[in-house]
Amino acid sequence: MAQQRNTGLSRRRLLGAAGAAALASPNIAFGQSRQPIRIGVPTILSGRVAQLGISSRNAMQMEVDRFNAAGGLDGRMIELIVRDSRGTPAEAARLAREMISSDGCEFILDCEPSSGGFAVHEVVRETGTLTLHVNSETSSLTADPRQRFWNAFRVARQGIHDSIAGGAYAASVVRARNLRRWMTISPDYAYGRDTTAEFLEYLRHFVPDVQVVGETWPRLFQPDYTENITRLSQGRPQAIYSCLWAGDLVTFMEQASIFGLLANTQFFGVNLADYTTLQQIRNLPRGAHSGNRYLRNFPDVPGNRDFAAEYNRRFNTFPTNWSWQAATAIRLLTTALREVGGTSPRAVAEKLRGMTIESPFGTDGRVTMRAEDQTLVGYAIGWGTTISTDPFVENIQPADWNTIFRLEAEWKRAKGWL
Amino acid sequence: MELTELLECVTALSCVVTQVSAGLTIGMLLFLVASGLTLIFGVLGLVNFAHGSFYMVGAYLALAGYGATGSFVAATVLGALGVALLGLLCERLLLSRIYGADVLMQLLVCYAIVLILDDVVKIVWGADFLSMGVPDSLRKPPFVVAGGIVPYFYAILFLVTAAIAALLAWGMGRTKFGRTVRAAAVNPAMVSALGVNTTALYAIVFAIGAMLAGAAGALSAPIRSVVPGAGVSILIESFIVTVIGGMGSIGGALAASLIIGLTRSFGSIGFPLFVEGMMFVIMALVLLLRPSGLAGRRSP
Repeated sequence: MAQQRNTGLSRRRLLGAAGAAALASPNIAFGQSRQPIRIGVPTILSGRVAQLGISSRNAMQMEVDRFNAAGGLDGRMIELIVRDSRGTPAEAARLAREMISSDGCEFILDCEPSSGGFAVHEVVRETGTLTLHVNSETSSLTADPRQRFWNAFRVARQGIHDSIAGGAYAASVVRARNLRRWMTISPDYAYGRDTTAEFLEYLRHFVPDVQVVGETWPRLFQPDYTENITRLSQGRPQAIYSCLWAGDLVTFMEQASIFGLLANTQFFGVNLADYTTLQQIRNLPRGAHSGNRYLRNFPDVPGNRDFAAEYNRRFNTFPTNWSWQAATAIRLLTTALREVGGTSPRAVAEKLRGMTIESPFGTDGRVTMRAEDQTLVGYAIGWGTTISTDPFVENIQPADWNTIFRLEAEWKRAKGWL
Repeated sequence: MELTELLECVTALSCVVTQVSAGLTIGMLLFLVASGLTLIFGVLGLVNFAHGSFYMVGAYLALAGYGATGSFVAATVLGALGVALLGLLCERLLLSRIYGADVLMQLLVCYAIVLILDDVVKIVWGADFLSMGVPDSLRKPPFVVAGGIVPYFYAILFLVTAAIAALLAWGMGRTKFGRTVRAAAVNPAMVSALGVNTTALYAIVFAIGAMLAGAAGALSAPIRSVVPGAGVSILIESFIVTVIGGMGSIGGALAASLIIGLTRSFGSIGFPLFVEGMMFVIMALVLLLRPSGLAGRRSP
């Protein structure tokens, strides 16, 4: 009997417990509203492109700190959960799933390149988590309607945009210097294949009689490019196109220089003009052609220079292409959160669709999340030629977005995507 | 397959010169790593899965040495000797305890070393890729031989690696130490019974094997990215070389390295999309036709 009295629930105890719960419940609700907004960030923090993943994280943290310092979302702060995928798509997918299911992340900012980006894309297609792809440039990710769904957006430059801009720029050089024999060297995965094909398509669009006499496809993160360089030298091209990037591009440039490959050949490297790449190449050749990745003087506006200066002050290095994209992703997301006044993924996605924000990285001071394919447009694109010292790229010619939009629409129609 | 281009290449002297010189240089660098791997396996019976990490550490030490001294020779010596010392420590403290153990146990311990070394280089040098660049003193215009291009630095690399290979062959074939090592590989109990300290001998052999990997890492640092995990791809190729050449055969490793180097070089012209696959095809053919490898000891 004594035991029953000790463990039984008397009416007095029940009332007491109910009263205590009633008193505590506002605090519980208050505590929940003050819980941070968790954003999961799978990216590459080790290996040959770690510098880029780290630069994504740094830029995001800068923007998040600014958002939190301004009070967050009605007192709710953003907390970034950044983890290293080591450049492995399967690991990126696993991390994304873990962030959603175990860490309680409400949003994913996927800072993987295309190889991992597509893996994360499939995870969030299934989970319905609002996701911003921050670094994947493969056009089909958002251009192909089969890849598109309500909760995935791209806040990155896009291969087709760069290719049209690059093709138009290269065509002007081809005409001026009569460069008809071309070869290509690009990494052997979706981004490399797609971007190279698109660049050649638009080069031929502007200069139809260009001849591509050979292609070579090193694998991503290949340690040695000797065999590819000898292949290129055998083809005796007048011009070479490459979308190699980061450490791969640095290694290629170093090896190409000791073969004398670039002495009599015009080099078009869409990914050359990024500070970490430019500063690692010991003998940056003068006159190589590059698309802008991130340059503090392009666009040459105070907001861009301030961004670079603050980044440099905090991290003792300069931003990269992945930095401005990451910063833009946070600005778009936080703007949408504030306008919605909550974190409802459907409402935030609806707000993001078609949103235009002020941005120092935009051609005309603004960038837009285009509604029709949920991808960023209006960002600054330009091509120029390299010099060995700061600012590293000179004579930058800005691309014309009207031409990009027109040819992009034709490209989509030809693919049956529009 | 671009067989027409391959045919044009092998019938043009300029192309042959460029491709052969590049293939030999790739092959000799690979040989340095693979010879260490096969030496360790041949004498110690240990499948050293951590060998690629020794290559990576050699590159990092060379980078540090070059930064401190500005001398590529000093950097290479530091890379090679530093890794020899590291190998000695690994052998004495860890690997000597698993000689004769199950291959899974060897794999486990070696993988632990790989993870530890990867993290150590990240802590010391950071996770970013680093680039040494070709030293200014070796940055000269390429040689043009019969219309073919031979980079100056590659010629230096080939000569240095060939000299190391010759020294290794002489040391193993013509010296008392080499004879003792070869005897220990065949019958360690008898060698021990004759009064040779096999514990010290094993440690020295392991250090030499590690030193060869370190030297390869140091020599290739100017032309390749120095990055955590850089040893993985070279380890895979080294295992292919070891299998083709015959486990434990240094002569076989040399032949197999040159085959792989030339396959890579000419393959980039004739079958550019199947260069990686071709290495495995060659390995499979050797395993089918000569399971012990080109120069491996046949099973009794």
